[in-house]
Amino acid sequence: MSLIEVDRLGRSFVVRRRAGRFRREAHTVHAVRDLSFTVEPGEMVGYIGPNGAGKSTTIKMLTGILVPTAGRLRVAGIDPSRDRVALTRRIGVVFGQRTTLWWDLPLRDSFALLRRIYRVDAARFRRNVDTFTELLDLGDLLDTPVRQLSLGQRMRGDIAAALLHDPEILYLDEPTIGLDVVSKGRLREFLRTLNAERGVTLLLTTHDLQDIEQLCSRVMVIDHGSLVYDGALHQLHARSESTRTLVVDLVDEADPIDVPGATVRRVEGPRQWLSFPADRSAAPLVAAVAAAYDVADLSIAEPDIEDVITRIYAHGVPGGQQAGLSHDAGATPGVPR
Amino acid sequence: MADALATVRRNPLSGALWGLRAYLILARMWVRVSLSYRASFAALTAGQFLITGLDFVGIVVMFTNVDTLGGFGLPEVAFLYAGSGLCLGLADLALGNIERLGARIRTGSFDAMMVRPVPLYAQACADEFSLRRLGRIAQSMAVLVWSVVVLDLAWTPLKVLAVAGMLVCGTTIFLAVFTLGAAFQFWTTDGSEAANAFTYGGNTLTQYPLTIYPAQLVKVLTFVVPLAFVNWYPSLYVLDRPDPLGLPAALQFASPVAALALTLLARLAWHRGVRRYRSTGS
Repeated sequence: MSLIEVDRLGRSFVVRRRAGRFRREAHTVHAVRDLSFTVEPGEMVGYIGPNGAGKSTTIKMLTGILVPTAGRLRVAGIDPSRDRVALTRRIGVVFGQRTTLWWDLPLRDSFALLRRIYRVDAARFRRNVDTFTELLDLGDLLDTPVRQLSLGQRMRGDIAAALLHDPEILYLDEPTIGLDVVSKGRLREFLRTLNAERGVTLLLTTHDLQDIEQLCSRVMVIDHGSLVYDGALHQLHARSESTRTLVVDLVDEADPIDVPGATVRRVEGPRQWLSFPADRSAAPLVAAVAAAYDVADLSIAEPDIEDVITRIYAHGVPGGQQAGLSHDAGATPGVPR
Repeated sequence: MADALATVRRNPLSGALWGLRAYLILARMWVRVSLSYRASFAALTAGQFLITGLDFVGIVVMFTNVDTLGGFGLPEVAFLYAGSGLCLGLADLALGNIERLGARIRTGSFDAMMVRPVPLYAQACADEFSLRRLGRIAQSMAVLVWSVVVLDLAWTPLKVLAVAGMLVCGTTIFLAVFTLGAAFQFWTTDGSEAANAFTYGGNTLTQYPLTIYPAQLVKVLTFVVPLAFVNWYPSLYVLDRPDPLGLPAALQFASPVAALALTLLARLAWHRGVRRYRSTGS
């Protein structure tokens, strides 16, 4: 049995809109339709898609907040919409934008309160608090009220709080949103450790493809309520022919850079923009450029999610079947080799 | 699969007991938070004592100009006033902040409540539990004791029981009204003012003898929004007053019925509201 089983899941909303002076028309909006996937214990899955694609709706159904209108759903063998309270003991949830902690309480008190609410036994609780305090570097923050914490500190506190009852699954909704580069790196490191050492299954939504790249072996892309891709990230890039951009600042103005594996998109004085396939390593390209030219500075821009998804559509989904996508690893039509 | 289903089929009584325990855990935590700002806590409590006390001073001042109000003397009005105030105060203490539900829904923090293993109602009731509300209770209690001493009633066991019943049922009625107001916010997320009209506003109505109002209003307060059962009808019995409107004396013992009906209605509304939230997500 898989840890998460989603079978033809659907959620539609009836939206009433004013049509004319008194009349109101009811429209049915399908936030999620015909969604099917499974997640095995220990997986780290990235769940991405544009705003309004149905990510939050899916997470809300997986956590039992929203009741589905169609399909079947099991998380750790539990039907979330029927046994929401039983499910809460098996899962941890972190909403990136808002805290689940108590605003006026120091972290230490929030943790103690959660221990009593989740009925975690004292020894296990102490062990967990110690572990997460060390891994997430919370030592100096334990006595600070949550409202005085910075966004990054609060996020770390929220994640520790969501893990005190040893959930099997951790849902993270935009965990790195608004964090600086260093905080993002440390958070990802922690999540990797959590997955490797405790076997916690992670499902995270994000707008940052770097999160996926560094954490997730698998990525699911949702758009207009349906899965458009389910598989490895590098194949997503291959399929969508998405490109990364190498921005080169030369010491002097020069003709367009000529190196294998990249094409110049734009030249502006000494600055040039080179694009190369997103599933290729940037290292050989950087080495080639640096060997042939006098380089003042280099930077790499990742493709953004909207761009990748647009490209998936532009190239068409083979056979129109989203489910087939994850299993046809060999044949990837339309990828230049 | 089978064992997972078995673990979730809990019996409702243990569920309710756990809800109560979780409520106490959360409430105690909020008390600790407020006590860490001792000076502000003391000021707020004293403030509530004085503000609600001022209400009663107004009534006393009124009685320097008149001897009776709607046919009732000052000690009797004080008894009515204190009965209503005490019931509202107890209900307000227990779940006064449930009115913040709308704000929680708007900001999305209601979702955070839904991923915790505690009944939502217990969490919503305990939200920012505050002992400063003891101010109103203390003030009403003082007025009640004063009125009982001055009235010098002919106490019988049944009258003592009637007073106790008045406090229990009256508090229950206000609890239900608070809950109804909160449940209403599942439909209109900024309806807390409408709810306040019935709780705090209801208290303002019932702290005077209902004889000062038109008979139609008294009937509304009896059969539609049954706030007259909080203190008016039980007090008529305790004060040995025939019903001024000539309504059946049985109403004077009907507070438990009103409290039960309103509780069931509130329970239904709350569950409907939660169900609506879970099917709209907003």
